[in-house]
Amino acid sequence: MSGLEKVEELLRNKEKDILESWIKAQLENISTMRRDLISNTDLRAESINFLREFTIAIKLGVTDDVTGPEYDKIREFLINISRSRALLGFTPSETATFVFSLKESILPYIQEEYKGDVDELLRVINGVSNLLDKLGLLSFEEYSKGREEVIKEQIESLIELSLPVMKLWDDILAVPIIGVLDSKRAKIITENLLNMIVEFGAKYAIIDITGVPMIDSQVANHLFKTIQAVRLLGADAVITGIRPDVAQTLVELGIDLGEVVTSAVLAGGLEHVFKKLGYTIEIKR
Amino acid sequence: MSQRIPIIKIGENLIVTFISDIDDLTALRLQKELTEKIHEENRSGMNVSGVLIDLTILDIVDSFLGRLISNIAQSATTMNANTVVVGIRPAIAITLVELGLELKGAYTALNVEHGIEILNDLKA
Repeated sequence: MSGLEKVEELLRNKEKDILESWIKAQLENISTMRRDLISNTDLRAESINFLREFTIAIKLGVTDDVTGPEYDKIREFLINISRSRALLGFTPSETATFVFSLKESILPYIQEEYKGDVDELLRVINGVSNLLDKLGLLSFEEYSKGREEVIKEQIESLIELSLPVMKLWDDILAVPIIGVLDSKRAKIITENLLNMIVEFGAKYAIIDITGVPMIDSQVANHLFKTIQAVRLLGADAVITGIRPDVAQTLVELGIDLGEVVTSAVLAGGLEHVFKKLGYTIEIKR
Repeated sequence: MSQRIPIIKIGENLIVTFISDIDDLTALRLQKELTEKIHEENRSGMNVSGVLIDLTILDIVDSFLGRLISNIAQSATTMNANTVVVGIRPAIAITLVELGLELKGAYTALNVEHGIEILNDLKA
């Protein structure tokens, strides 16, 4: 064993004192304490739990590797705290400080305990520091993972949000595409559009590409595939919002839109579809 | 053990409904029987002007089945009958496009009702 059992005993005996001084230190440290993000009660609860887990961990004594199964519990606890803090909007240093700040609150008690024995004091401090440092790094890592998840979710919701399919008229759907059309977005657009066609029993889809900054052969290919799929369902698609520069690029690249009906503006496409469906537009004065 | 898909005649139209777990043999047999049926009807003086293929309950399509549907449509067309494929699900449509199968020569419609309308319009 590591000989840190005595420290465990010390931590257990002085739990109250250590806890109070630690929480006080955390609350007083304005640069890393975010009162706007976490309540005193939550902080207290987290601190109590962490100190308790830490006391158990120190007994195990292996201070240079916290990946073993015996550390599962404290790891899991730290993972939860770090991720929830990432979601709450804490910075990485604020999150890691939660772990590191415990060191300062424990050391005075250890110093007191081992006053006479310098060698033992150094050894114990080394062990405690080591373990806390490892746990601090772990919280840092988990914090980043939590953040990455947030970013991923946001990207996904952004993709979804930016691709609406709307009902324009009976039998007519409109799909305004805004932003770069890559294969991932093209897939989502196609799926959304096809599902809506089935749901509404639509006969025509107007795909508006006014908001697509650049059209190359790949983007044109995506559009073609979408239109082919729409046709397989028994509907037809019209492309509108072809800007002058886009028209020139298409011609220069030798992309032939073939049978696909195209129009410079959305209104042109709508008019074409109205005509196909037998609607006439009458202006009453 | 291959199943059989019935070929139903209504007026001048033939209707076939694919089953959800159609296997290759059944599909091949259907292709053969459908062309024979068109031929038979024509020989006995009954005109077949349209073939309606209903894929509403088809769950999954592979390249073999995709090509076969395309072939059925084309062989019906060469026998002077219009083909309309109805009820293609979004997932099936995407698969067919990815496989590069456009169902050339066949019309498409959302459901059987629209499909019959198209066949009647084409005949008129």
